[in-house]
Amino acid sequence: MANMAQAIRMALHYAETHLGVTDIFGEDVGAPLGGVFTCTQGLKTTWNSPLDERGIIGAAMGIAMGGGRPVAEIQFCDYVYNTIDLLKLAGNTCWSSNGDWNLPMVVRTPVGSGIRGSIYHSHSFDATMTHIPGWKVVMPSNPLDAYGLLISACKEQNPVMYLEPKALLRVKGEERIPGEPDDDRTLSKLIDAPLGDRSQWKPQWPEALEAFAVPIGKGKLVREGSQVTVVSYGRTLPLCARAAATLADEGISVEVIDLRSLWPYDWDMMKASIQKTGRVLFVNEDTEVTNFGEHLVRRTVDELFYSLLAPPRLLAGKFVPGIGLADTLEMASVPQQNDVTTALRALAGEQP
Amino acid sequence: MSRPRLIKESSAPLPLDRELLVRIHDLMVKTRVLEERLIQMYKQGHGYFWIGGPGEEAFNVPLGLLMKKGQGPEYDYLHAHYRQSGTLLALGEEPIGALRQMKNTASDPYSGGRNFAGHFSLRKYNVAPVSSPIEVQYSIAPGTAMVQKRVGGDGITIVTGGDAGTAEGDFATCLVWSSRPANPLPVLIIVTNNKWGISTAGEGQHGETRVSERGKAFNIRSKTINGNDPVEAYLELKEAMEYVRTERKPFLLEANVSRLYGHSSASGANYVTEEVDCLKDFEKRLEQDGVLTRQQMDDLRNRYTEDMAAAARIARDEPLPEPESIWKHIFAEDK
Ligand SMILES: Cc1ncc(C[n+]2csc(CCOP(=O)(O)OP(=O)(O)O)c2C)c(N)n1
Repeated sequence: MANMAQAIRMALHYAETHLGVTDIFGEDVGAPLGGVFTCTQGLKTTWNSPLDERGIIGAAMGIAMGGGRPVAEIQFCDYVYNTIDLLKLAGNTCWSSNGDWNLPMVVRTPVGSGIRGSIYHSHSFDATMTHIPGWKVVMPSNPLDAYGLLISACKEQNPVMYLEPKALLRVKGEERIPGEPDDDRTLSKLIDAPLGDRSQWKPQWPEALEAFAVPIGKGKLVREGSQVTVVSYGRTLPLCARAAATLADEGISVEVIDLRSLWPYDWDMMKASIQKTGRVLFVNEDTEVTNFGEHLVRRTVDELFYSLLAPPRLLAGKFVPGIGLADTLEMASVPQQNDVTTALRALAGEQP
Repeated sequence: MSRPRLIKESSAPLPLDRELLVRIHDLMVKTRVLEERLIQMYKQGHGYFWIGGPGEEAFNVPLGLLMKKGQGPEYDYLHAHYRQSGTLLALGEEPIGALRQMKNTASDPYSGGRNFAGHFSLRKYNVAPVSSPIEVQYSIAPGTAMVQKRVGGDGITIVTGGDAGTAEGDFATCLVWSSRPANPLPVLIIVTNNKWGISTAGEGQHGETRVSERGKAFNIRSKTINGNDPVEAYLELKEAMEYVRTERKPFLLEANVSRLYGHSSASGANYVTEEVDCLKDFEKRLEQDGVLTRQQMDDLRNRYTEDMAAAARIARDEPLPEPESIWKHIFAEDK
């Protein structure tokens, strides 16, 4: 099966050939590298921008205003911070012009820990991004969703922030993308650029790729359960799924929801699940103070208080200024498998 | 580019058609009267904040007249700042729109009561929404220019901002992105230099003798002009625009202008007598050359003053937006 980087590349190929994407650009996004994570190798509308994040976001806005359909990349979300006012502006352009202008643009950026990226390549961006109205914000946790969400993003009339969990970019999916070849090695031969000289190389895109779209705003019920709900997205989602499998062996039934879209988000799915189980744990790896999960906790308390059997919980990254390089430091800073399993076990056992 | 222009000698005849001179004058008066009405509305409590461009009419009016007006990349894009009512009126906008924006009525055609006076947005003429953060438009402009270059035709992108704002990185972004040898862009980069930030003089803001000299380092053709002379502004803008239109390369134009009512209502919005008044100077020359009589010009001003007062009365009585309208247009509906 394709990994997430390949899925993104295939979705972008589909989008530039079928959905009107005109520009896929950013630092080192075009030839010869095709992105530091290889997500843009071999695409026909790619180009390398100057090393200027404000220019990248600004150009994306201008291209969208001019009638193009850009997909801009910020190399690491840690570097998107110096564009924050432009993100705000992109988010309010439709509103402030009373609907006169809209910006059909996608910004992709890798987020989170897991590649031992140290202080400036490990940041999360979900809390900051969900604080900027006017954007849709998505974060896949597997290649199929990565493909489907990107197809939806490239059809949008509005700015979409597409967050890519770095730790999962090389993880193969369990489900095949519609139209992807049956055999992984075949796929790699077709679409992965060779090492070394690639000046003569051209990808051979699978012809059967489809417009498979994951609707923005719809979560995914990853596993049904009856005693505890866990809601997550991105890197921590597979940890939650594994924890649920482990706890099933202990006789604890965990329902797992992959939120996939952070804005708008699938409250209906969460609400139904929390009303059923009475217990909920929100898991992400952004720092825990003013965390997006805190919003979900607040809404749970506001709307579902009398359905709850235990306080809603949040498991998130530690509120420290960065993620240190040493393995021990990174592991201590963001939720790991054991933290998730332990938190779920404790919540399942919590009695009023 | 630097050959001297005879127009600077006030004895030389005005080198534009009479009809054009009259049109420019008409729009300059209309703009000035509009701005004075906006200031009055603010002072009477019919608006929260005023910012605008009295003093910049001699530059902004010709700019609007010379723009290739329409929607989409075949036409010119304007990434404006907040002092450009003259450009908007020259594009054909009616002044009541600006008055409605000042009064933040639901009928405000630029933002539906959401934004400050002078913060225009007009998709039908490619006028990008004016934003309060200064200079961000310089980062956005290369994007529309890229699309225009690709589409072909002769549409160009015009971006304007103040001199103090050139300290922001966005200005450098525009110079870098529009002048890369591999992909030069059709952008007319304009800086209107009124010698001030809000209260900080130019000397406290930047060290170059002319802002336009910053273009040199990027091999961008550049020039500083007297933006208080509408004839010079018209001819220089025309030449710069023709260069950008045909060469598909950037041009950096610095226009020295006056700031006749201070920075904004935040600094009182009172007439600054030491500044050159481009309208007064122009009228003197029109009279001297026998293009218009004093009487004609006074009549024109009186007529616009009456029109503007009537328009302000209309705007004053119009309703504010409904509270629930805050939820409208957060996202665009699929079109
Ligand atoms: C990014 C940003 N910083 C500060 C301000 C506050 N501010 C508004 S106008 C202004 C001065 C701008 O001076 P200049 O660029 O010369 O333009 P002018 O208003 O003189 O035409 C400042 C500091 C702002 N609007 N945006």
